[in-house]
Amino acid sequence: MTNVPIEGILLPNEKPNHESPGNWKEYFSFSTDHKVIGIQYLVTSFFFFLVGGIFAMVMRGELMTPESDLVDRTVYNGMFTMHGTVMLFLWTFPSLVGFANYLVPLMIGARDMAFPRLNAVAFWMVPVVGIIMMGSFFIPGGPAQAGWWAYPPVSLQNPTGNLINGQVLWLLAVAISGVSSIMGAVNFVTTIVKMRAPGMGFFRMPLFVWAVFSAQIIQLFGLPALTAGAVMLLLDLTAGTAFFDPARGGNPVMFQHYFWFYSHPAVYVIILPIFGIFSEIFPVYSRKPLFGYKVVAVSSILIAVVSGIVWVHHMYVSGTPGWLRLIFMLTTMFVSVPTGIKVFAWVATIWGGKLRLNTAMLFALGGLIMFVFAGITGIMLSSVPVDVHVNNTYFVVGHFHYVLYGTVTMGLFAAIYHWFPKMTGRMYSESWGKIHFWLAFIGTNLNFLPMHPLGLQGMLRRVASYAPEYQFWNVIASLGGFLLGMSTLPFIFNMVISWMQGEKAPNNPWRAIGLEWMVSSPPPVENFEEIPIIISEPYGYGKSEPLTANLSE
Amino acid sequence: MKIQKILNILTLLTGAIAVTVTSLWIGKQAYSWLPPQAAAESLLIDDLISFLVTLGAFIFLGVTSTLMYSVIFHRAVKDDFTDGPPIEGNIALEVVWTAIPILLVLWIAGYSYQVYEQMGIQGPSELVHLHNPLGMESAYAEAKDTPALAEPVEKIDVLAKQWVWVFHYPERDITSTELHLPSDRRIRLALKSQDVLHGFYIPAFRLKQDIIPNHAIDFEFTPIRPGKYSLTDSQYSGTYFATMQANVIVESPEDYQQWLAQTATQKPSLATNQAASEYAQTSNQSVQTGWVTVPPAAPPLVNSPG
Ligand code: HEM
Ligand SMILES: [Cu+2]
Ligand SMILES: [Cu+2]
Repeated sequence: MTNVPIEGILLPNEKPNHESPGNWKEYFSFSTDHKVIGIQYLVTSFFFFLVGGIFAMVMRGELMTPESDLVDRTVYNGMFTMHGTVMLFLWTFPSLVGFANYLVPLMIGARDMAFPRLNAVAFWMVPVVGIIMMGSFFIPGGPAQAGWWAYPPVSLQNPTGNLINGQVLWLLAVAISGVSSIMGAVNFVTTIVKMRAPGMGFFRMPLFVWAVFSAQIIQLFGLPALTAGAVMLLLDLTAGTAFFDPARGGNPVMFQHYFWFYSHPAVYVIILPIFGIFSEIFPVYSRKPLFGYKVVAVSSILIAVVSGIVWVHHMYVSGTPGWLRLIFMLTTMFVSVPTGIKVFAWVATIWGGKLRLNTAMLFALGGLIMFVFAGITGIMLSSVPVDVHVNNTYFVVGHFHYVLYGTVTMGLFAAIYHWFPKMTGRMYSESWGKIHFWLAFIGTNLNFLPMHPLGLQGMLRRVASYAPEYQFWNVIASLGGFLLGMSTLPFIFNMVISWMQGEKAPNNPWRAIGLEWMVSSPPPVENFEEIPIIISEPYGYGKSEPLTANLSE
Repeated sequence: MKIQKILNILTLLTGAIAVTVTSLWIGKQAYSWLPPQAAAESLLIDDLISFLVTLGAFIFLGVTSTLMYSVIFHRAVKDDFTDGPPIEGNIALEVVWTAIPILLVLWIAGYSYQVYEQMGIQGPSELVHLHNPLGMESAYAEAKDTPALAEPVEKIDVLAKQWVWVFHYPERDITSTELHLPSDRRIRLALKSQDVLHGFYIPAFRLKQDIIPNHAIDFEFTPIRPGKYSLTDSQYSGTYFATMQANVIVESPEDYQQWLAQTATQKPSLATNQAASEYAQTSNQSVQTGWVTVPPAAPPLVNSPG
C-alpha cells in the first residue's frame, strides 16, 4: 500500500491522547505555552497586517492621479512611514517569530522553549509597540513622517516643537520592538542548541529550524547596532546631543551606517524562515526528500554571514567613496550564490515528484516564482551603475515588494494553510484557499510589476504627486493594490469559519514526515508524553524508514 | 527506451533555445523602458541594464519553465498515494550550480566595475581614485572617440534647500532656478545642501548623488543631447519633497553662452516656488486637513527664475 510507516497514526479510530489545550480565553492571557504564544503572535501580527494594508490603500488611492489631491502631503508622508514600519516591525517579524515559536519546540522534540516566561514577556511587548505606534496618530503633529529609515536631519526637524512627538514615539516603539526581538533571539538560540531530542544532531534538524537558527543569530549581532543608532537619534531629538545633526556638527551619514548595518541583515531575518517554510512544504507536496539537504542547511548560515557585510549597497550614492561602492557591490552579489543554491534545490525537489497542488503548495510555488524575480532585480540593484540610476525610485520599491509580499507574505500564507490543521485541529476549505491564492497572486503582480518600468523611467519613491506621464502604470498598480486588499477577505472568512466549524483534522492530514505530525492536532500541552528518540534524517519520503525509535506506536 | 531518451534531449534542447531567444529579445526591449539617453553616461548604463535584463530573463524563464513543466507533467494521479523517487542529492549537479553562479557574479561585477570606472562621476575630489592601469577613458571620450584629457570643464554650484534648487554659475556670478547645461562638455557640479539630505537626480542622465549638509560634493558628467529634461530631489527631504523639481535645459555651447550673457544682464527677481505657494494656500485654509510642517524656505531671488 504505502511505504511510509508512520502513516499508521492516520488511523481514524485513534483517540487524541489529550484534551485540546485550554479554551479561547487562554489566548488573551499571559500564557507560557509556546503554542499559545505562537498563535498570539500570529493573530496579533495579522491584525497589524490589515492596519498596514489600510495605509497602503490610502497611498494607492492618492497615486491614482498625478496631483496631490486625496490627502494632505503630511498625511501621505505619515502613511508611508507607518505602512513600512507596521509591515516590518508588526507584521513580518512577529508573524515569523510566531511560527518559530509554534514549530521549533515541536520540530526538535522539546516540551517548550528554553525560557517560557521570557517568551511570554517578549510577546506582550508587541501589542505595546503597536499601541505606541497607533497612539502617535492622536498627538499634535501626528505620527513620524521621516520614512521607516528615519534618516536625520529630516527625522530631527520636529516642527511641533513638543518633546512628545511622532518621531519620539516611533523611536521608543522601535527600541521596545528591538528589546523584544533580542529576548526572542536569546530564547531561540538557546532552545535550538540545548533542547533537541536525543538523536537529533544538527544535521537531522528540519530546515525550518536551521533557518530560524541562522536568522536569530543575525538578530544577536545586528540589533545592537540599530538600537545604538536609535538611542543616539533619540538623544539628538530630545536631549540636544549632536551625533547626527549637521547643524551642530554631527554626521548624518553615520546614522545610515548604524541603520543599514542592522536593517540589511534584517531582511534576511525575515526571508530565512520563509526559505525554511519552503523547504518544509515542497517535500511534503512533491513526495520527495529535500534535494541537497546538507548544502541547503549550510547555505542558511552562509547567507547569515554574508548578509553582515553588504549593508553599504543601500548607500551607494550617499557620498560613499568609489572603492567602497565597488567592494560592497561584490559582497552583495555573492549573497546570490547561497540563495541560488536553495532555489535550485527546491526546483530539483519538485522535479519528478508526485505533486499535489493544495493551497499551501500553490502559495509556496507562487512565492518561489516571485522570489526568483526579486532576486534578479536584486542583482541588478547591486550593480553600482544601475543603482545610481534606480536608487530611491519605484524600481527598488518593486524589488522589495516582490520579496516582502511576493515571497514573505505568500510564504506566510503557505505556512498558515499547511499548519492550520495542526494548530486548530480543523481542516480549512481548499476551494476558498484557492480563490485566495489566485486573487493574491494576480494582485501582487498587478500591484508590483508596474513599479519596475516606473522606476526605470525615473519615478521616485515617497512622492505624493508625480509627472503625468507616470499615470498609466500607477493606475494599474493601484488596481492591483485594491485587488490585494480584497484578497484578504476570502482568507479571513475561510480561517474564521473553518476554525469554528471545519471538519476535524487528523494528526497528519498531509502524510508529512516530521515530529509535529506525530502528535495530536492540536498538540497536547507539553507536546510529547515521551521525548522522541530520532533515528533518521528528516524528509525521508519514499524511503520507508521510521523517524523515531519510540513515537510511531 | 532509446527513442524516449532522444525525445527527452530534443525537448530540452528546444526549451533551451526558446528560452535563449526570448531572453535576447527581452534584453533588447530593455532600452525602450528607459528615458532618452541625454548624457554620455546613460549609454554605458543602458548597455549594462540590457545585459543584466537578458541574463535575468534567461534565469527567470529557465527556472519558471522547469517548474511549470513539473507542475503540468509531474502531478500525482488521483488515488496514487505512493512517494516519488527518494533522490537526496547529486554532488556533480550541486557543484555545477554553485560554480556557475560564482562565475556569473564575477562576470557581472567585472562589467559593472568597468562601466563605473568609465563614468568617473565622482570627480577629482575622490581621494582614492581607482584609475585603471590599462588607461580607461571617461564615458564621454568613450562615446565620442576623443581623448579624455583635453576636456574643458564647466563648473556650476548647486544649492538645495527645503524645497528649492538654486544654480550658481561662478564664471559670471549669476543664479538661476533652471539648470542650463552646454552639451558635449564635461560638467562639474559642486553639490551643497543648506538643511537636510537631498538628492540630485536627472533620470534622462541616469545619474544621481545625495547631497549632504556641510559638505560640497563634486559630481561630474557629460550631457550629449540638447533638450528639456527634469531634475528631481531623490532623497526624501520632508513634506514637500515631491515638488522639488527643476527644469534642465541642455543646449549647444553657443546657445548656452548666449543664455549666460543674457542672464547676466537681468536683475535678480523672485522665483516661483511650488512648495511655498502650496504652503501659503494650506495655511490659509480654515480647516486644517494635515499636520504641522516645517515651513518651506523663502522663494529665492535669482537672475533667471526660469
Ligand atoms: C539576491 C538577493 C538580493 C540582492 C542582491 C538584493 C539587493 C538589494 C539592493 C542592492 C538594494 C538597495 C537598492 C537601493 O536602495 O538603491 C535592495 C533593497 C532592498 N531589498 Fe534587496 N536584495 C536581495 C534580496 C532581498 C531580500 C531577500 C529581501 C527581504 C526579505 C530584500 C529586501 C529589500 C528591501 C526591504 C530593500 C529596500 C529597503 C528600503 O530602501 O526601504 N532584498 N536590495
Ligand atoms: Cu508596502
Ligand atoms: Cu540590503
